[in-house]
Amino acid sequence: MSVQLWTYIFVFLSFGLYIGIAIWSRAGSTHDFYIAGGGVKPLVNGMATAADWMSAASFISMAGLISFLGRDGAYYLMGWTGGYVLLALLLAPYLRKFGKYTVPAFIGDRYYSQSARLTAVFCAIVVSFVYVCGQMQGAGIVFSRFLEVDITTGVIIGMAIVFFYAVLGGMKGITYTQVAQYCVLIFAYMVPAVFISLMMTGNPIPQLGFGSELTPEYGGGYLLDRLDGVSEQLGFGIYTEGHKSTQDVFFITAALMFGTAGLPHVIIRFFTVPSVRDARRSAGYALIFIAILYTTAPAIAAFSKVNLMNTVNNAEYSSMPSWFSTWERTSLIAFDDKNGDGRIQYVGDPQVNELTVNRDIMVLANPEIARLPNWVVALVAAGALAAALSTAAGLLLVISTSISHDLMKRCIAPNITEKQELRYARIAIFAAVLIAGYFGINPPGFVAEVVAFAFGLAAASFFPAIVLGIFYSRMNRQGAVAGMMTGFGFTAAYIIFFKFISPELSNASHWLFGISPEGIGTLGTIINLIVALSVCRFTAAPPEDVQTIVRNIRLPGEHIEGTTPTT
Amino acid sequence: MSDKNARSYWQANVRIVLRLLCVWFFISFGCGILLADFLDQFRIGGFKLGFWMAQQGSIYGFVILIYVYIRQMDKLDHQYKLDQTQSADSSPSDKEEQS
Repeated sequence: MSVQLWTYIFVFLSFGLYIGIAIWSRAGSTHDFYIAGGGVKPLVNGMATAADWMSAASFISMAGLISFLGRDGAYYLMGWTGGYVLLALLLAPYLRKFGKYTVPAFIGDRYYSQSARLTAVFCAIVVSFVYVCGQMQGAGIVFSRFLEVDITTGVIIGMAIVFFYAVLGGMKGITYTQVAQYCVLIFAYMVPAVFISLMMTGNPIPQLGFGSELTPEYGGGYLLDRLDGVSEQLGFGIYTEGHKSTQDVFFITAALMFGTAGLPHVIIRFFTVPSVRDARRSAGYALIFIAILYTTAPAIAAFSKVNLMNTVNNAEYSSMPSWFSTWERTSLIAFDDKNGDGRIQYVGDPQVNELTVNRDIMVLANPEIARLPNWVVALVAAGALAAALSTAAGLLLVISTSISHDLMKRCIAPNITEKQELRYARIAIFAAVLIAGYFGINPPGFVAEVVAFAFGLAAASFFPAIVLGIFYSRMNRQGAVAGMMTGFGFTAAYIIFFKFISPELSNASHWLFGISPEGIGTLGTIINLIVALSVCRFTAAPPEDVQTIVRNIRLPGEHIEGTTPTT
Repeated sequence: MSDKNARSYWQANVRIVLRLLCVWFFISFGCGILLADFLDQFRIGGFKLGFWMAQQGSIYGFVILIYVYIRQMDKLDHQYKLDQTQSADSSPSDKEEQS
């Protein structure tokens, strides 16, 4: 069977599964719609969190980014997993104890202010929108390559599916589809990795395989040593050494970590478990499920880089395998025969180099490059779609709850009934899907670049405000709002300046302290903290009832005021 | 729970968190970034140690850290009898884990 037929089969089966789950788990109340009824088991929530978290960028782009960055690519790996340590230790248990539906609800109640609530609503919506566009675009790329429909049709199909289960089931539908999506995406990611690892090194575990010796057909010797040697010879630099400045890698890693911990769509997943203990446990499960993919990604990066260089370098253009021309058509690979010898020169020097390879190729085309069976190639498409759709759904829910609960119910129209609130939530998610689809078809930039944007903003706005709200009971309204606004404003301005206004100035000599726009969120976080703490010093302490909220969220399972629950 | 107890529980909680965050910083920013070049002189199999810490070891470390945290907090909750209010609505299998 052809790759395309297999792809249709996998995509139809997986989409059928998601729709089936959506019909089975319809939401009847706002409680269902916002937090899936609050009774999700830690293991289930861990799996859903992992799917929620691992986006099109993690699935499609990350291994490719690492294979071009070498050791420096570790900032994605450490940043996107290390953030879970912060989430588990500093946020999840306390926010679960607080027990409201949304992040703006925590900010609004803890800082006893509508303007804080509205600032948080604004940040949540901007961050989620930026991030959701990347998912839609990722879905579009997969559709256009594997099903050979154009990107617009692909995005519309993706929108329709997400729309169906998110509008019908809210958090409840999303939770259970995410569990299914996790299974699909991890299977789709691991199968080609195991195959390739076996083929190249004889070791079925990719995490060990990329530190093993190559099989005799590949020339023997340690894989990474070979990679280092060939990369250096072709002028790409040694793969296992750092190339970016240490402070930039440091700041990017930190920005991704703080951003991970501050992303509202991840935080709200912890509101769905029954207790504080369960919140801690599900953070542990989530990180295990994420780590399976994240420790495999650098192995795929190394395998595919060796494979790519073996296949293309100095080879006849006319003798390229069929995947080369299929990917040329999507313009993810481009060959420009500069010296006219009919051979491909793939080298580090841009004057001589004749091959441009988009990083997304490393995962999407990897099974084809390694000549794996057709069904494995097709599996990758289903997995990438699962990754994109699961994250998109979680983000759309944040946008929807921010509007229906925090904006309508808590600010504009406090008297609406639960039924009306639920209707607003569904209308909001509908509108959000449409806007996200528009940006998916007319994307503002690369998938991963756009997502990096969202992290900086989440890091500079939410993370410090929530952590201070829990760990510093003296923190007051004025400090938190001022901190969030300066942190968000500074980070947004820096990124917009270097990415959109003057991209030609974006290099180490113009950057502040040598920090690239990807890492500036860390500085934004620090600015937020400094502004918040200094404004707080000169303004009044928060009222007594707010300090009681803080005392309460610090204790699992007990209320300080009122009756102690009997044991 | 009395105010005094609540305060000492919180202080113990913060101590656990701070200790674990030091380890978190050391394995990621320390071994994975600042000390990576130095660690590269050691090898495990085909990996240089600094490279391995950056792309593999730190992630395994994070998983272990969260599980150490879960254990220590369970112990602390038990010590302050904060786990009892919750075991009422959790499943029997959860109770077995506690003992």
